[in-house]
Amino acid sequence: MRYAETGYNLEIDLTRGNIERVESDPRLTELHLGGLGTNAKILWDRVPPEVEPYSPENLLIFSAGLLGGTPAPGANRTIVSSFSPQTKLMGYSMMGGFFAAELKHAGYDKVIIRGQSPDLVYLWINNDKVEIRDASHLKGLGTLETAEIIRKELNEPNSQVAAIGLAGENRVFYASIEQGRSSASRLGLGGVMGDKRLKAIAVRGTKDVNIARPAEFIQHCNDILKYVKFRDKNPLGMVPPILAGLGSPQEMRIHDEEWHTTNFTWGNARHRRKDFWTEDISKSWKETQENATQRFLSCYNCPLSCGASVDYPGVPKYMMKCYSKLTYTMAAMSDLEFGFKINSNAQAFGVDGFTTPQVIAFALELYEAGILTDKDLAGMPAGTEERFFWLLDRIVRREGIGDILADGTYWAAKKIGNGAEEYAHNNIKKHEQLPLKLGMLNPIYFLMYSTGEKINITQIEGQFPQAPFSTKEDREEFVKDWIQVPDEKFKEYFLNWEMRGERSIPHYPPVDATCEIVDWMEKMHYIDDSVGMCAGLSSFPLKPAYHLHNYPELISAATGIDFDEASLSQAAKRNRTLIRAINNRRGLRREDERPPEDHWKHRFPELETKLLDEYYKFKGWNNQGIPTRETLQELGMDYVGEDLEQRGILIHEQS
Amino acid sequence: MSKVKKKVKTIKIDVDKCNGCRACEVICASFHSAPKYSSNNPARARIRLIRDPLKDIFVPVYAGEYVEAECMGRDKYVIDGKEYGECDFCRAACPSRDVFKEPDSGLPLKCDMCEENGPDEEPLCVQWCLADALIYEEREEEVEEDVKLGDLELGLKSLADKHGLRTLMETVARMTQKG
Ligand code: SF4
Ligand code: SF4
Ligand code: SF4
Repeated sequence: MRYAETGYNLEIDLTRGNIERVESDPRLTELHLGGLGTNAKILWDRVPPEVEPYSPENLLIFSAGLLGGTPAPGANRTIVSSFSPQTKLMGYSMMGGFFAAELKHAGYDKVIIRGQSPDLVYLWINNDKVEIRDASHLKGLGTLETAEIIRKELNEPNSQVAAIGLAGENRVFYASIEQGRSSASRLGLGGVMGDKRLKAIAVRGTKDVNIARPAEFIQHCNDILKYVKFRDKNPLGMVPPILAGLGSPQEMRIHDEEWHTTNFTWGNARHRRKDFWTEDISKSWKETQENATQRFLSCYNCPLSCGASVDYPGVPKYMMKCYSKLTYTMAAMSDLEFGFKINSNAQAFGVDGFTTPQVIAFALELYEAGILTDKDLAGMPAGTEERFFWLLDRIVRREGIGDILADGTYWAAKKIGNGAEEYAHNNIKKHEQLPLKLGMLNPIYFLMYSTGEKINITQIEGQFPQAPFSTKEDREEFVKDWIQVPDEKFKEYFLNWEMRGERSIPHYPPVDATCEIVDWMEKMHYIDDSVGMCAGLSSFPLKPAYHLHNYPELISAATGIDFDEASLSQAAKRNRTLIRAINNRRGLRREDERPPEDHWKHRFPELETKLLDEYYKFKGWNNQGIPTRETLQELGMDYVGEDLEQRGILIHEQS
Repeated sequence: MSKVKKKVKTIKIDVDKCNGCRACEVICASFHSAPKYSSNNPARARIRLIRDPLKDIFVPVYAGEYVEAECMGRDKYVIDGKEYGECDFCRAACPSRDVFKEPDSGLPLKCDMCEENGPDEEPLCVQWCLADALIYEEREEEVEEDVKLGDLELGLKSLADKHGLRTLMETVARMTQKG
């Protein structure tokens, strides 16, 4: 018997309308865990680098994690993986909600989709019964509306539906896949789904998911809940409220947005507004938020309820996901009310809440600069908010200028020309980043921004504090019960980290410590993404519930496969290295590993070179950021090394 | 019939606090698997969350008695402007719907207040509801003694209702012979 996993994948060929249930190789679980790890293995094996993201040969994989469907609190992520239309590299995005557990209970770990349907269809997975159904009546409909209609027509109120909206259907490069209160937003996976003419996947499952060592396993789950309760009663002092608790983060509960509004930039990732947050704003935003929020909502089997249903007067109801309330607000230099209003449309269309507002702000800046003219924007209303609504609509329909903007700022700037590229200033690897512009280079963040394979800072950053604490007392207090550190030395790094002087950024933490810190944070994300754990309980917040010391036993008890810290770390490293190799095969090299030029005012080219050099070495990569033969061999992936050598990406060194 | 003291166990359900996480279903299903916690399957839970987030409907419902036939009429509640579905508040394992039935056999499920867990432990769904939407309360009452059907009897009764007592007896006889 297979434990925790079902041992079966569903293979769907949309071109031929073929459906197959295929047993997976249990050895792959030991090597790659599941979720992101086994997705990467499939993409390496089956999608050669020549394959265009928008083509029938590309695969789109929806996977539950290894712990999905078990009672492990928060193990609810669906890991969607494919190749990104925007970056042309591997694109993966995780969504919470209820889909992953339902898929496991239907008897599958993954749905692997290939081909392209001639007409718009949706997939209905009901335990062993799987059908491809006509979706022509759903064309153009909003994501939530689509889910409602599907549930009704199937008469299955308990089915879970992941759907695309207009943006996905029209292959917008940053279209999302929406599922109730959650979404897989980054890197345009909704566009890939649209390219396959797959409007939605509905799933219902009523089968068991088995646990290998039940008594042991449930004890770990109870310990996790106990810790969540403890943290609820004891928020961390010494950090802003948004960083004090667990969750992903608690954007809907917290009104104090001083930290985001003063530290993050507004408009097209340009302006810091250090004096924005006043008592009046604080009061009015609190009121707006409380009026808009109907109920705090959790994902499957998680107590943290960091989403909320929104009932804002005059707009259709929807569910808000963490930070989206501020991204539109700040890009439009507007008010929180605007954020609540436009998110209703944005989610119905199914677009990424980080990239979309930046693309619109970018277009408006080009207009101000005279690079886009009235001719390009014929029919655009006056007023920034109205313009946001108008441009959003053009983009998801790919109408007029919207067709160009739908490819994101990098590709749009290239097409527009005339100096537009200067305005697409906030990208890494062709992908829009958090709007952050800071003063002094932070070595930890430099490495995370440069090398993160997800190309999204929130998917690599985490539990090491983002900045030093000002007093030694606070630091000592913080490290006292910091049990999550993989090694005591991390406490030293933090204790010695000062706001000013010799032991401050950019030269502290020193390069070798920086490498270790970044590697630790990244490793936790790779474990989470493979077992399907929400980062909000694990890799993302300070002092999380899951960590390197309780994970191995918990995963072992669930699966019956014995992991210890070393072998779990090795599996995470294997997955991380494989994804790197997939991207190397698609052309990723050192020159791509750069944060935006204006990310920090003060840059240190020598230090930055050294950081990359040392980090690559630490990771077992060569000077171009490509895993070496030895590294790949040690990870049991010599087949990857051979392939890279054959393609001339790695040079055979012995001869 | 004589009077006996009986502990009345109540779970107070505060629907306003429910965040829709379904942890109650998860832990109930896991606890009642055999051996305990050896599998998970919310479709076997003895509590079911009726969930419609866009209508703001969140009703955790406990599995009550098995009934042979569906109701003659249905109720539809409107509370605070929210219109609930027919049967939303009903605890019965009833032929009209598939909740509170084992997914494969169709045998009815019933909340047993986790009695196997011993008298000092709160029901598992209460323990796992960190939102405090489920609150356990206990009091003593004097009631008339009556005979209670056990789990097996209940299961058999439902099978008898479904297939007829005769077919059931014949099947059991056949199975014993094959034994
Ligand atoms: S922490 Fe928040 S986002 Fe993560 S699983 Fe829990 S409710 Fe969902
Ligand atoms: S555990 Fe509590 S909050 Fe979660 S669904 Fe059940 S009743 Fe609601
Ligand atoms: S009290 Fe026990 S048996 Fe009843 S629903 Fe809750 S967990 Fe299930």
